[in-house]
Amino acid sequence: MSDTTVDTSTGTTSDAPTDRAGAGRSRRRPSFQWPFVAWLVIVWVLLWGDLSFANVLSGLAVATLVSLVFPLPPIAFAGRVRPLRLAWLVLHFCYDLVVASFGVAARALNPRHTPVNSVITVRLRSRSDLYLTLTGELLTLVPGSVVLEADRNTRTLHLHVLDANDEASMARARETALKQEERVVRALASDTELAAFERAVSEGGVA
Amino acid sequence: MSWTAIADTVSAITLLAGVLLTLVAAIGLVRFPDVLSRMHAATKPQTLGMLLILVSLGFRLRDPAVLGMLITVALLQLLTAPVSAHMVSRAAYRRGFAPPETIAVDELAKAESEEVRTTGAGQG
Repeated sequence: MSDTTVDTSTGTTSDAPTDRAGAGRSRRRPSFQWPFVAWLVIVWVLLWGDLSFANVLSGLAVATLVSLVFPLPPIAFAGRVRPLRLAWLVLHFCYDLVVASFGVAARALNPRHTPVNSVITVRLRSRSDLYLTLTGELLTLVPGSVVLEADRNTRTLHLHVLDANDEASMARARETALKQEERVVRALASDTELAAFERAVSEGGVA
Repeated sequence: MSWTAIADTVSAITLLAGVLLTLVAAIGLVRFPDVLSRMHAATKPQTLGMLLILVSLGFRLRDPAVLGMLITVALLQLLTAPVSAHMVSRAAYRRGFAPPETIAVDELAKAESEEVRTTGAGQG
């Protein structure tokens, strides 16, 4: 089940449960992925802190080697970036991060408080692995929830929620997760993906 | 008040806030009763604390080369923290390190026991 966990490298958009062994073989074939190599070169130059010809060249050599030795499955991104929605996603995330950090801090500092937690199951509406991964990453970064298990076939996330011991707090956590997904999809999805997403929402995917 | 003085003040405030949050994360790590609760303390106030410390360094050092490195550190932190938190939590949950008295409702366990009943086997 290791290929169903949230992993930043498996952002493909195959929706149906496909033949996993076959898909795994073809996805691991070494291939030159220039966005990945470009990203590695940028990181390399930033880490050296000096944009020189030698740095870019050595970075290019290392990046090519890394991408050939550790090939990653390609990230199929068919969406369209909406700058305003993306800014909203980032801003809302920063807000969540601050609020939730102080929430967890308050719990940690209260000596009489022992958290009682819950594990909730959230079924996401979008069909893309990329949005599933991003939603899971953002949810884990925001205090109060950690993704325990992600299943790409059923598009469900299982979240460990800090201090949720009644129906109301669990419903709140589920709603938070679904709203997070909605912000991700609205920021990045193509028009057809967005239409499919909205159909899924209106068909009763909302908790 | 000159711009450098303002930048230094911002730097001092964010550095203090970041350090305090990281300290609270450490306290939470000690105080929370089980692995899963502790992961919340490890991934949450600590991430924001780290980001605040990086912001503080940016305001104090004011050097484009250092700024690039700080942004890289922040991005890598945001990318890797949730993955490691997920892997540790998942392993802890699977190995049974989640004491029942710390979990009120477990929908994952419910879903899996239903799956075993209907298909006769777990997901493996």
